[in-house]
Amino acid sequence: MKQITVPFLANLAKILSGATVRWVDCEPDICQRVYFANHTSHLDALVLWASLPKQLRNLTRPVAAADYWQAGPVRRYMASVFNALLIDRTKIKVHNSPIDMMIREIRDKYSLIVFPEGGRNPTGELRDFKSGLYYLGKKRPDLELVPVYFDNLNRVMPKGEFLPVPLLSSISIGSPIWLEAGEGKNEFLTRARQAVLNLKQ
Amino acid sequence: MLDSFFDFESLDWATIILILIVFVVLGALFTAGQILRRQPESNFDKAIIRTFNRRVGAWLTICVMLVVALCLSKVVTVVFFGVLSFWALREFITMTPTRRADHRTLFWVFFVFTPMQYVLVGLDWYNFYTILIPVYVSLFIPARIAFTGDHKRFLERSAKIQFGVLICVYALSHAPALLYLDLVKYNQSTGVWEPWSGKPTGLLFFFIVMVQVSDTLHFVWDRLFGRYVIAAAINPTKTWEGLIGTVCSTAVVGMLIQLLLPDVTPFTWYGAGFMAVLISVMASSGSMTMSAIKRDRGIKDYGTLVTGHAGVLDRIDSVCFAAPIFFHVTRFCLAEPTVVRDPDGIVAQFLNFLLT
Repeated sequence: MKQITVPFLANLAKILSGATVRWVDCEPDICQRVYFANHTSHLDALVLWASLPKQLRNLTRPVAAADYWQAGPVRRYMASVFNALLIDRTKIKVHNSPIDMMIREIRDKYSLIVFPEGGRNPTGELRDFKSGLYYLGKKRPDLELVPVYFDNLNRVMPKGEFLPVPLLSSISIGSPIWLEAGEGKNEFLTRARQAVLNLKQ
Repeated sequence: MLDSFFDFESLDWATIILILIVFVVLGALFTAGQILRRQPESNFDKAIIRTFNRRVGAWLTICVMLVVALCLSKVVTVVFFGVLSFWALREFITMTPTRRADHRTLFWVFFVFTPMQYVLVGLDWYNFYTILIPVYVSLFIPARIAFTGDHKRFLERSAKIQFGVLICVYALSHAPALLYLDLVKYNQSTGVWEPWSGKPTGLLFFFIVMVQVSDTLHFVWDRLFGRYVIAAAINPTKTWEGLIGTVCSTAVVGMLIQLLLPDVTPFTWYGAGFMAVLISVMASSGSMTMSAIKRDRGIKDYGTLVTGHAGVLDRIDSVCFAAPIFFHVTRFCLAEPTVVRDPDGIVAQFLNFLLT
Protein backbone atom coordinates (compact mmCIF):
# COMPACT_ATOMS: atom_id res chain seq x y z
CA MET A 1 0.00 0.00 0.00
CA LYS A 2 2.76 2.41 0.93
CA GLN A 3 4.48 1.73 -2.38
CA ILE A 4 1.49 3.27 -4.13
CA THR A 5 0.33 6.02 -1.79
CA VAL A 6 3.73 7.53 -1.10
CA PRO A 7 4.82 8.24 -4.69
CA PHE A 8 1.24 9.25 -5.51
CA LEU A 9 1.03 11.82 -2.71
CA ALA A 10 4.53 13.08 -3.33
CA ASN A 11 4.02 13.55 -7.06
CA LEU A 12 0.61 15.11 -6.53
CA ALA A 13 2.20 17.63 -4.18
CA LYS A 14 4.93 18.28 -6.71
CA ILE A 15 2.49 18.87 -9.56
CA LEU A 16 0.19 21.06 -7.47
CA SER A 17 3.01 23.20 -6.19
CA GLY A 18 4.65 23.44 -9.63
CA ALA A 19 7.95 23.12 -7.82
CA THR A 20 11.26 23.44 -9.58
CA VAL A 21 14.31 22.24 -7.71
CA ARG A 22 17.57 24.15 -7.87
CA TRP A 23 20.68 22.48 -6.49
CA VAL A 24 22.95 25.45 -5.77
CA ASP A 25 26.53 24.29 -5.22
CA CYS A 26 25.21 21.00 -3.94
CA GLU A 27 24.51 17.59 -5.43
CA PRO A 28 22.17 14.81 -4.35
CA ASP A 29 24.17 12.34 -2.29
CA ILE A 30 23.45 9.34 -0.09
CA CYS A 31 25.68 10.59 2.70
CA GLN A 32 23.89 11.48 5.92
CA ARG A 33 22.48 14.95 5.86
CA VAL A 34 20.25 17.27 7.79
CA TYR A 35 18.20 19.44 5.45
CA PHE A 36 17.13 22.53 7.36
CA ALA A 37 14.57 24.84 5.81
CA ASN A 38 12.15 27.69 6.29
CA HIS A 39 8.71 26.38 7.20
CA THR A 40 5.70 28.00 5.58
CA SER A 41 3.38 25.21 4.56
CA HIS A 42 2.49 21.57 5.13
CA LEU A 43 3.73 20.90 1.66
CA ASP A 44 7.32 21.83 2.53
CA ALA A 45 8.59 18.45 3.67
CA LEU A 46 6.43 16.60 1.16
CA VAL A 47 7.66 18.58 -1.83
CA LEU A 48 11.31 18.45 -0.77
CA TRP A 49 10.96 14.72 -0.24
CA ALA A 50 9.36 14.33 -3.68
CA SER A 51 12.09 16.28 -5.40
CA LEU A 52 14.89 14.11 -4.06
CA PRO A 53 16.10 11.30 -6.33
CA LYS A 54 14.35 7.97 -5.69
CA GLN A 55 17.18 6.22 -3.87
CA LEU A 56 17.44 9.12 -1.41
CA ARG A 57 13.75 9.25 -0.56
CA ASN A 58 13.73 6.10 1.52
CA LEU A 59 16.74 7.37 3.42
CA THR A 60 15.27 10.77 4.29
CA ARG A 61 12.92 11.29 7.22
CA PRO A 62 11.09 14.51 8.06
CA VAL A 63 11.10 15.58 11.68
CA ALA A 64 7.65 16.70 12.82
CA ALA A 65 5.76 17.69 15.94
CA ALA A 66 4.08 14.77 17.67
CA ASP A 67 1.29 16.86 19.23
CA TYR A 68 0.21 17.98 15.76
CA TRP A 69 0.80 14.85 13.70
CA GLN A 70 -0.74 12.41 16.17
CA ALA A 71 -4.03 14.29 16.34
CA GLY A 72 -6.53 12.50 14.13
CA PRO A 73 -6.26 9.43 11.91
CA VAL A 74 -5.40 11.30 8.69
CA ARG A 75 -2.44 13.08 10.22
CA ARG A 76 -1.27 9.91 11.97
CA TYR A 77 -1.47 8.06 8.67
CA MET A 78 0.43 10.78 6.80
CA ALA A 79 3.15 10.77 9.46
CA SER A 80 3.56 7.01 9.25
CA VAL A 81 3.53 6.96 5.45
CA PHE A 82 6.46 9.34 5.28
CA ASN A 83 8.28 7.62 8.08
CA ALA A 84 8.27 10.88 10.01
CA LEU A 85 10.28 11.19 13.19
CA LEU A 86 7.81 12.62 15.67
CA ILE A 87 9.09 14.87 18.45
CA ASP A 88 6.98 15.70 21.45
CA ARG A 89 7.27 19.47 21.75
CA THR A 90 5.51 19.53 25.13
CA LYS A 91 7.82 17.13 26.95
CA ILE A 92 11.29 18.36 26.13
CA LYS A 93 13.49 17.56 29.13
CA VAL A 94 17.19 17.01 29.65
CA HIS A 95 16.91 13.24 30.01
CA ASN A 96 14.42 13.05 27.13
CA SER A 97 16.19 15.28 24.65
CA PRO A 98 14.79 15.19 21.13
CA ILE A 99 18.30 15.56 19.74
CA ASP A 100 19.37 12.31 21.38
CA MET A 101 16.29 10.66 20.00
CA MET A 102 17.02 11.92 16.48
CA ILE A 103 20.58 10.71 16.65
CA ARG A 104 19.41 7.34 17.96
CA GLU A 105 16.83 7.02 15.22
CA ILE A 106 18.95 8.01 12.23
CA ARG A 107 21.79 5.65 13.18
CA ASP A 108 24.36 5.80 10.39
CA LYS A 109 21.76 5.49 7.66
CA TYR A 110 19.04 8.13 7.54
CA SER A 111 19.01 11.81 6.66
CA LEU A 112 16.62 14.29 8.27
CA ILE A 113 14.45 17.19 7.19
CA VAL A 114 14.14 19.72 10.00
CA PHE A 115 12.47 23.10 10.33
CA PRO A 116 14.51 24.99 12.92
CA GLU A 117 11.97 27.82 13.18
CA GLY A 118 9.90 25.37 15.23
CA GLY A 119 6.62 25.84 13.38
CA ARG A 120 5.00 27.17 10.27
CA ASN A 121 5.33 30.87 9.84
CA PRO A 122 2.24 32.49 8.34
CA THR A 123 3.97 35.73 7.30
CA GLY A 124 6.57 33.93 5.22
CA GLU A 125 9.43 35.73 6.96
CA LEU A 126 12.23 33.69 8.42
CA ARG A 127 12.16 33.71 12.24
CA ASP A 128 15.09 32.97 14.54
CA PHE A 129 16.24 29.36 14.65
CA LYS A 130 15.80 27.14 17.68
CA SER A 131 18.93 25.58 19.06
CA GLY A 132 18.32 21.96 17.98
CA LEU A 133 20.34 22.34 14.82
CA TYR A 134 23.36 23.48 16.84
CA TYR A 135 23.21 20.46 19.15
CA LEU A 136 22.76 18.12 16.19
CA GLY A 137 25.87 19.58 14.59
CA LYS A 138 27.76 19.34 17.86
CA LYS A 139 26.89 15.76 18.69
CA ARG A 140 27.23 14.46 15.15
CA PRO A 141 29.90 16.62 13.47
CA ASP A 142 29.94 14.24 10.48
CA LEU A 143 26.41 15.21 9.39
CA GLU A 144 26.23 17.59 6.43
CA LEU A 145 23.90 20.47 7.33
CA VAL A 146 22.20 21.50 4.09
CA PRO A 147 20.21 24.76 3.89
CA VAL A 148 16.96 24.67 1.91
CA TYR A 149 14.74 27.58 0.92
CA PHE A 150 11.10 27.16 -0.12
CA ASP A 151 9.76 30.00 -2.21
CA ASN A 152 6.03 30.67 -2.70
CA LEU A 153 4.85 27.44 -1.08
CA ASN A 154 3.03 29.44 1.58
CA ARG A 155 0.80 30.75 -1.20
CA VAL A 156 0.18 27.26 -2.55
CA MET A 157 -1.10 26.03 0.79
CA PRO A 158 -0.98 28.50 3.68
CA LYS A 159 -1.30 27.58 7.32
CA GLY A 160 -4.88 26.73 8.21
CA GLU A 161 -5.96 25.76 4.70
CA PHE A 162 -6.48 22.21 3.56
CA LEU A 163 -6.96 22.82 -0.15
CA PRO A 164 -3.98 23.82 -2.29
CA VAL A 165 -3.96 26.42 -5.07
CA PRO A 166 -1.68 25.34 -7.93
CA LEU A 167 0.73 28.25 -8.19
CA LEU A 168 4.38 27.88 -9.12
CA SER A 169 7.04 27.54 -6.47
CA SER A 170 10.69 26.70 -6.18
CA ILE A 171 13.02 24.87 -3.84
CA SER A 172 16.65 25.90 -3.56
CA ILE A 173 19.11 23.52 -1.98
CA GLY A 174 22.38 25.14 -0.97
CA SER A 175 25.87 23.96 -0.15
CA PRO A 176 26.34 22.18 3.20
CA ILE A 177 27.65 23.91 6.30
CA TRP A 178 29.25 22.44 9.42
CA LEU A 179 29.69 23.61 12.95
CA GLU A 180 33.13 25.26 13.08
CA ALA A 181 35.52 24.49 15.92
CA GLY A 182 34.86 26.83 18.80
CA GLU A 183 31.82 28.40 17.17
CA GLY A 184 29.23 29.60 19.65
CA LYS A 185 25.57 28.64 19.60
CA ASN A 186 24.12 32.00 18.58
CA GLU A 187 26.89 32.61 16.13
CA PHE A 188 26.22 29.29 14.42
CA LEU A 189 22.44 29.69 14.39
CA THR A 190 22.74 33.14 12.81
CA ARG A 191 25.07 31.73 10.19
CA ALA A 192 22.69 28.85 9.47
CA ARG A 193 19.75 31.22 9.19
CA GLN A 194 21.75 33.40 6.84
CA ALA A 195 22.58 30.36 4.69
CA VAL A 196 18.85 29.80 4.15
CA LEU A 197 18.26 33.50 3.45
CA ASN A 198 21.10 33.55 0.92
CA LEU A 199 19.15 31.09 -1.20
CA LYS A 200 16.23 33.50 -1.43
CA GLN A 201 17.53 35.91 -4.07
CA MET B 1 -12.99 1.65 -31.63
CA LEU B 2 -10.05 3.26 -33.33
CA ASP B 3 -12.40 5.23 -35.55
CA SER B 4 -14.19 6.77 -32.63
CA PHE B 5 -10.92 7.87 -31.08
CA PHE B 6 -9.05 9.08 -34.12
CA ASP B 7 -10.89 11.75 -35.96
CA PHE B 8 -9.12 11.88 -39.29
CA GLU B 9 -12.36 13.13 -40.78
CA SER B 10 -11.62 16.45 -39.12
CA LEU B 11 -8.82 17.09 -41.60
CA ASP B 12 -9.35 17.89 -45.24
CA TRP B 13 -6.65 18.31 -47.85
CA ALA B 14 -6.45 22.08 -47.53
CA THR B 15 -5.80 21.77 -43.80
CA ILE B 16 -3.24 19.02 -44.26
CA ILE B 17 -1.32 21.07 -46.83
CA LEU B 18 -1.42 24.13 -44.56
CA ILE B 19 -0.10 22.04 -41.67
CA LEU B 20 2.68 20.67 -43.85
CA ILE B 21 3.67 24.16 -45.02
CA VAL B 22 3.77 25.36 -41.42
CA PHE B 23 5.97 22.47 -40.35
CA VAL B 24 8.33 22.97 -43.28
CA VAL B 25 8.68 26.69 -42.49
CA LEU B 26 9.06 26.14 -38.74
CA GLY B 27 11.52 23.32 -39.37
CA ALA B 28 13.58 25.54 -41.65
CA LEU B 29 13.57 28.37 -39.09
CA PHE B 30 14.52 25.93 -36.35
CA THR B 31 17.44 24.56 -38.37
CA ALA B 32 18.58 28.05 -39.32
CA GLY B 33 18.47 29.08 -35.66
CA GLN B 34 20.50 26.07 -34.61
CA ILE B 35 23.13 26.73 -37.30
CA LEU B 36 23.39 30.40 -36.28
CA ARG B 37 23.77 29.37 -32.65
CA ARG B 38 26.67 27.07 -33.46
CA GLN B 39 28.46 29.74 -35.50
CA PRO B 40 31.39 30.80 -33.32
CA GLU B 41 31.82 34.25 -34.81
CA SER B 42 28.47 35.33 -36.13
CA ASN B 43 27.57 38.89 -36.92
CA PHE B 44 24.33 38.59 -35.01
CA ASP B 45 23.65 39.42 -31.43
CA LYS B 46 23.71 36.22 -29.35
CA ALA B 47 20.74 37.33 -27.24
CA ILE B 48 18.59 37.89 -30.33
CA ILE B 49 19.42 34.43 -31.65
CA ARG B 50 18.59 32.90 -28.30
CA THR B 51 15.21 34.69 -28.18
CA PHE B 52 14.55 33.64 -31.75
CA ASN B 53 15.39 29.99 -31.05
CA ARG B 54 13.25 29.94 -27.95
CA ARG B 55 10.28 31.31 -29.84
CA VAL B 56 10.62 28.93 -32.76
CA GLY B 57 11.07 26.00 -30.38
CA ALA B 58 7.99 26.97 -28.39
CA TRP B 59 5.87 27.39 -31.51
CA LEU B 60 7.05 24.09 -32.90
CA THR B 61 6.04 22.37 -29.66
CA ILE B 62 2.65 24.07 -29.58
CA CYS B 63 1.99 23.22 -33.26
CA VAL B 64 2.94 19.56 -32.86
CA MET B 65 0.70 19.20 -29.81
CA LEU B 66 -2.14 21.06 -31.52
CA VAL B 67 -1.96 18.89 -34.64
CA VAL B 68 -1.91 15.72 -32.54
CA ALA B 69 -4.93 16.99 -30.59
CA LEU B 70 -6.78 17.98 -33.77
CA CYS B 71 -6.16 14.53 -35.26
CA LEU B 72 -7.52 12.82 -32.18
CA SER B 73 -10.79 14.68 -31.64
CA LYS B 74 -12.44 17.97 -30.82
CA VAL B 75 -12.62 17.03 -27.17
CA VAL B 76 -8.87 16.42 -26.98
CA THR B 77 -8.28 19.84 -28.55
CA VAL B 78 -10.55 21.47 -25.97
CA VAL B 79 -8.67 19.67 -23.18
CA PHE B 80 -5.36 20.78 -24.69
CA PHE B 81 -6.42 24.44 -24.59
CA GLY B 82 -7.81 23.90 -21.11
CA VAL B 83 -4.40 22.75 -19.91
CA LEU B 84 -2.75 25.75 -21.60
CA SER B 85 -5.22 28.04 -19.82
CA PHE B 86 -4.58 26.41 -16.49
CA TRP B 87 -0.85 26.81 -16.89
CA ALA B 88 -1.09 30.41 -18.10
CA LEU B 89 -3.35 31.33 -15.20
CA ARG B 90 -0.90 29.67 -12.86
CA GLU B 91 1.91 31.84 -14.17
CA PHE B 92 -0.28 34.94 -14.05
CA ILE B 93 -1.37 34.47 -10.43
CA THR B 94 2.13 33.47 -9.31
CA MET B 95 3.38 36.79 -10.61
CA THR B 96 0.50 38.76 -9.09
CA PRO B 97 0.64 39.32 -5.36
CA THR B 98 -2.53 38.20 -3.68
CA ARG B 99 -3.24 38.04 0.01
CA ARG B 100 -3.79 35.14 2.33
CA ALA B 101 -7.54 35.80 2.30
CA ASP B 102 -7.74 35.23 -1.46
CA HIS B 103 -6.81 31.57 -1.10
CA ARG B 104 -10.31 30.11 -1.28
CA THR B 105 -11.27 32.40 -4.15
CA LEU B 106 -8.24 31.20 -6.09
CA PHE B 107 -9.18 27.63 -5.38
CA TRP B 108 -12.60 28.21 -6.94
CA VAL B 109 -11.05 29.91 -9.93
CA PHE B 110 -8.52 27.16 -10.62
CA PHE B 111 -10.50 24.04 -9.87
CA VAL B 112 -14.10 25.00 -10.57
CA PHE B 113 -14.41 27.84 -13.07
CA THR B 114 -11.50 27.03 -15.37
CA PRO B 115 -12.59 23.42 -15.97
CA MET B 116 -16.23 24.53 -16.15
CA GLN B 117 -15.52 27.02 -18.92
CA TYR B 118 -13.89 24.33 -21.04
CA VAL B 119 -16.58 21.76 -20.31
CA LEU B 120 -19.15 24.28 -21.55
CA VAL B 121 -17.08 24.92 -24.68
CA GLY B 122 -16.85 21.16 -25.22
CA LEU B 123 -20.62 20.87 -24.82
CA ASP B 124 -21.01 23.69 -27.35
CA TRP B 125 -23.21 25.56 -24.85
CA TYR B 126 -22.56 28.96 -26.40
CA ASN B 127 -25.13 30.91 -24.39
CA PHE B 128 -23.55 29.81 -21.15
CA TYR B 129 -19.82 29.90 -21.84
CA THR B 130 -19.94 33.42 -23.24
CA ILE B 131 -21.31 34.75 -19.97
CA LEU B 132 -19.91 32.35 -17.35
CA ILE B 133 -16.78 34.40 -16.65
CA PRO B 134 -17.88 37.96 -17.54
CA VAL B 135 -21.08 37.66 -15.48
CA TYR B 136 -21.00 34.93 -12.86
CA VAL B 137 -17.30 34.65 -12.07
CA SER B 138 -16.58 38.35 -12.17
CA LEU B 139 -19.30 38.92 -9.58
CA PHE B 140 -18.38 35.87 -7.54
CA ILE B 141 -14.73 36.88 -7.09
CA PRO B 142 -15.20 40.20 -5.23
CA ALA B 143 -18.08 38.79 -3.21
CA ARG B 144 -16.05 35.76 -2.10
CA ILE B 145 -13.14 38.01 -1.12
CA ALA B 146 -15.48 40.32 0.79
CA PHE B 147 -16.78 37.37 2.81
CA THR B 148 -13.26 36.70 4.11
CA GLY B 149 -13.26 40.09 5.82
CA ASP B 150 -9.90 41.27 4.51
CA HIS B 151 -10.50 44.68 2.94
CA LYS B 152 -6.91 45.68 2.32
CA ARG B 153 -6.35 46.64 -1.36
CA PHE B 154 -9.71 45.00 -2.01
CA LEU B 155 -10.46 46.43 -5.44
CA GLU B 156 -6.95 45.77 -6.66
CA ARG B 157 -7.00 42.14 -5.57
CA SER B 158 -10.39 41.40 -7.14
CA ALA B 159 -9.36 43.14 -10.35
CA LYS B 160 -6.15 41.14 -10.59
CA ILE B 161 -7.90 37.81 -10.27
CA GLN B 162 -10.70 38.87 -12.62
CA PHE B 163 -8.24 40.02 -15.25
CA GLY B 164 -6.24 36.81 -14.98
CA VAL B 165 -9.30 34.62 -15.52
CA LEU B 166 -10.58 36.82 -18.31
CA ILE B 167 -7.37 36.70 -20.33
CA CYS B 168 -5.98 33.27 -19.52
CA VAL B 169 -9.20 31.28 -19.44
CA TYR B 170 -12.12 33.13 -21.01
CA ALA B 171 -10.30 34.66 -23.96
CA LEU B 172 -8.25 31.57 -24.79
CA SER B 173 -11.27 29.26 -24.64
CA HIS B 174 -12.60 30.94 -27.79
CA ALA B 175 -9.88 29.28 -29.85
CA PRO B 176 -11.17 25.69 -29.45
CA ALA B 177 -14.72 27.06 -29.62
CA LEU B 178 -14.04 27.75 -33.31
CA LEU B 179 -14.29 23.99 -33.89
CA TYR B 180 -17.97 24.01 -32.96
CA LEU B 181 -19.14 26.72 -35.33
CA ASP B 182 -21.55 25.79 -38.10
CA LEU B 183 -20.47 28.16 -40.80
CA VAL B 184 -21.92 29.28 -44.09
CA LYS B 185 -20.06 30.40 -47.17
CA TYR B 186 -21.23 32.89 -49.74
CA ASN B 187 -21.48 31.31 -53.16
CA GLN B 188 -20.51 34.07 -55.55
CA SER B 189 -21.78 32.37 -58.70
CA THR B 190 -25.28 31.69 -57.39
CA GLY B 191 -25.44 34.54 -54.89
CA VAL B 192 -26.74 32.45 -51.97
CA TRP B 193 -25.38 31.44 -48.59
CA GLU B 194 -24.56 27.73 -48.51
CA PRO B 195 -23.31 25.58 -45.65
CA TRP B 196 -19.53 25.61 -45.71
CA SER B 197 -18.15 22.28 -46.86
CA GLY B 198 -14.70 22.69 -45.27
CA LYS B 199 -13.60 21.57 -41.80
CA PRO B 200 -13.47 23.93 -38.78
CA THR B 201 -10.11 22.37 -37.94
CA GLY B 202 -8.71 24.31 -40.87
CA LEU B 203 -10.19 27.53 -39.48
CA LEU B 204 -8.60 26.98 -36.06
CA PHE B 205 -5.27 26.15 -37.63
CA PHE B 206 -5.51 29.18 -39.91
CA PHE B 207 -6.08 31.34 -36.83
CA ILE B 208 -3.13 29.91 -34.92
CA VAL B 209 -0.87 30.22 -37.96
CA MET B 210 -1.84 33.85 -38.50
CA VAL B 211 -1.05 34.73 -34.88
CA GLN B 212 2.25 32.96 -35.24
CA VAL B 213 3.05 34.70 -38.53
CA SER B 214 2.13 38.03 -36.98
CA ASP B 215 4.39 37.41 -33.96
CA THR B 216 7.32 36.36 -36.13
CA LEU B 217 6.91 39.20 -38.63
CA HIS B 218 6.69 41.69 -35.77
CA PHE B 219 10.03 40.44 -34.54
CA VAL B 220 11.57 40.73 -38.02
CA TRP B 221 10.09 44.15 -38.90
CA ASP B 222 11.15 45.63 -35.57
CA ARG B 223 14.71 44.42 -35.99
CA LEU B 224 15.05 45.46 -39.63
CA PHE B 225 13.05 48.67 -39.97
CA GLY B 226 12.11 49.76 -36.46
CA ARG B 227 12.77 53.42 -35.68
CA TYR B 228 9.97 55.02 -33.69
CA VAL B 229 9.35 53.09 -30.49
CA ILE B 230 5.69 52.95 -29.44
CA ALA B 231 6.20 52.98 -25.67
CA ALA B 232 9.79 52.54 -24.54
CA ALA B 233 8.80 52.13 -20.91
CA ILE B 234 6.68 49.10 -21.75
CA ASN B 235 8.50 47.40 -24.59
CA PRO B 236 11.62 49.01 -26.04
CA THR B 237 11.62 46.77 -29.12
CA LYS B 238 8.08 47.35 -30.42
CA THR B 239 8.00 50.13 -33.00
CA TRP B 240 5.36 51.84 -35.13
CA GLU B 241 7.12 50.68 -38.31
CA GLY B 242 7.06 47.17 -36.93
CA LEU B 243 3.36 47.37 -36.13
CA ILE B 244 2.32 48.78 -39.51
CA GLY B 245 4.63 46.48 -41.43
CA THR B 246 3.36 43.48 -39.49
CA VAL B 247 -0.30 44.27 -40.03
CA CYS B 248 0.20 44.76 -43.79
CA SER B 249 2.43 41.74 -44.32
CA THR B 250 0.22 39.47 -42.20
CA ALA B 251 -2.73 40.54 -44.36
CA VAL B 252 -0.77 39.55 -47.47
CA VAL B 253 0.12 36.17 -45.97
CA GLY B 254 -3.52 35.62 -45.02
CA MET B 255 -4.71 36.39 -48.54
CA LEU B 256 -2.06 34.15 -50.06
CA ILE B 257 -3.03 31.22 -47.87
CA GLN B 258 -6.68 31.69 -48.77
CA LEU B 259 -5.91 31.97 -52.50
CA LEU B 260 -3.67 28.91 -52.50
CA LEU B 261 -5.93 26.79 -50.30
CA PRO B 262 -9.51 28.04 -50.84
CA ASP B 263 -11.03 25.30 -48.64
CA VAL B 264 -9.08 26.10 -45.52
CA THR B 265 -11.47 28.82 -44.31
CA PRO B 266 -14.94 29.95 -45.37
CA PHE B 267 -13.65 33.48 -46.07
CA THR B 268 -13.15 35.08 -49.47
CA TRP B 269 -9.55 36.02 -50.18
CA TYR B 270 -10.11 39.62 -49.14
CA GLY B 271 -12.11 38.41 -46.15
CA ALA B 272 -9.10 36.36 -45.11
CA GLY B 273 -6.93 39.46 -45.53
CA PHE B 274 -9.29 41.45 -43.31
CA MET B 275 -9.28 38.69 -40.69
CA ALA B 276 -5.48 38.62 -40.81
CA VAL B 277 -5.39 42.38 -40.13
CA LEU B 278 -7.74 41.89 -37.21
CA ILE B 279 -5.66 39.02 -35.82
CA SER B 280 -2.43 40.93 -36.24
CA VAL B 281 -3.71 44.06 -34.49
CA MET B 282 -5.11 42.02 -31.61
CA ALA B 283 -1.97 39.88 -31.30
CA SER B 284 0.22 42.97 -31.08
CA SER B 285 -2.13 44.56 -28.55
CA GLY B 286 -1.99 41.37 -26.53
CA SER B 287 1.76 41.26 -26.26
CA MET B 288 1.88 45.00 -25.48
CA THR B 289 -0.68 44.58 -22.69
CA MET B 290 1.11 41.63 -21.18
CA SER B 291 4.41 43.51 -21.42
CA ALA B 292 2.83 46.36 -19.47
CA ILE B 293 1.81 43.96 -16.71
CA LYS B 294 5.25 42.39 -16.65
CA ARG B 295 6.97 45.79 -16.44
CA ASP B 296 4.69 46.77 -13.60
CA ARG B 297 5.72 43.64 -11.74
CA GLY B 298 9.37 44.20 -12.65
CA ILE B 299 9.96 40.97 -14.55
CA LYS B 300 10.97 40.35 -18.13
CA ASP B 301 9.41 36.99 -18.91
CA TYR B 302 6.95 34.77 -17.15
CA GLY B 303 9.44 32.03 -17.95
CA THR B 304 12.05 33.55 -15.64
CA LEU B 305 9.53 33.91 -12.85
CA VAL B 306 10.51 30.60 -11.36
CA THR B 307 13.67 29.11 -12.77
CA GLY B 308 13.13 26.27 -15.17
CA HIS B 309 9.56 27.01 -16.22
CA ALA B 310 8.72 27.44 -19.84
CA GLY B 311 6.76 30.68 -19.77
CA VAL B 312 3.56 29.58 -21.47
CA LEU B 313 1.97 32.98 -21.01
CA ASP B 314 4.82 34.67 -22.92
CA ARG B 315 3.96 32.62 -25.99
CA ILE B 316 0.19 32.65 -25.90
CA ASP B 317 -0.56 36.23 -24.82
CA SER B 318 -1.16 37.17 -28.46
CA VAL B 319 -3.42 34.14 -29.01
CA CYS B 320 -5.43 35.12 -25.93
CA PHE B 321 -6.18 38.58 -27.24
CA ALA B 322 -6.90 37.56 -30.82
CA ALA B 323 -9.07 34.49 -30.12
CA PRO B 324 -12.32 36.07 -28.87
CA ILE B 325 -12.32 38.77 -31.55
CA PHE B 326 -11.61 36.32 -34.35
CA PHE B 327 -14.27 33.97 -32.99
CA HIS B 328 -16.97 36.61 -32.68
CA VAL B 329 -16.34 38.31 -36.01
CA THR B 330 -16.37 34.93 -37.76
CA ARG B 331 -19.48 33.89 -35.91
CA PHE B 332 -21.25 37.16 -36.53
CA CYS B 333 -20.55 37.19 -40.25
CA LEU B 334 -20.67 33.50 -41.11
CA ALA B 335 -22.66 31.72 -38.42
CA GLU B 336 -24.95 34.44 -37.20
CA PRO B 337 -28.52 33.14 -37.39
CA THR B 338 -29.86 36.49 -38.59
CA VAL B 339 -27.82 36.18 -41.75
CA VAL B 340 -28.69 32.58 -42.41
CA ARG B 341 -32.33 32.68 -41.43
CA ASP B 342 -33.21 36.10 -42.69
CA PRO B 343 -31.53 36.69 -46.04
CA ASP B 344 -33.34 40.05 -46.39
CA GLY B 345 -32.23 41.33 -42.98
CA ILE B 346 -29.98 44.35 -42.66
CA VAL B 347 -26.90 42.30 -41.74
CA ALA B 348 -27.36 39.98 -44.68
CA GLN B 349 -27.85 42.92 -47.03
CA PHE B 350 -24.74 44.61 -45.72
CA LEU B 351 -22.69 41.44 -46.14
CA ASN B 352 -24.15 40.93 -49.59
CA PHE B 353 -23.14 44.44 -50.42
CA LEU B 354 -19.62 43.80 -49.15
CA LEU B 355 -19.20 40.47 -50.81
CA THR B 356 -20.70 41.08 -54.24
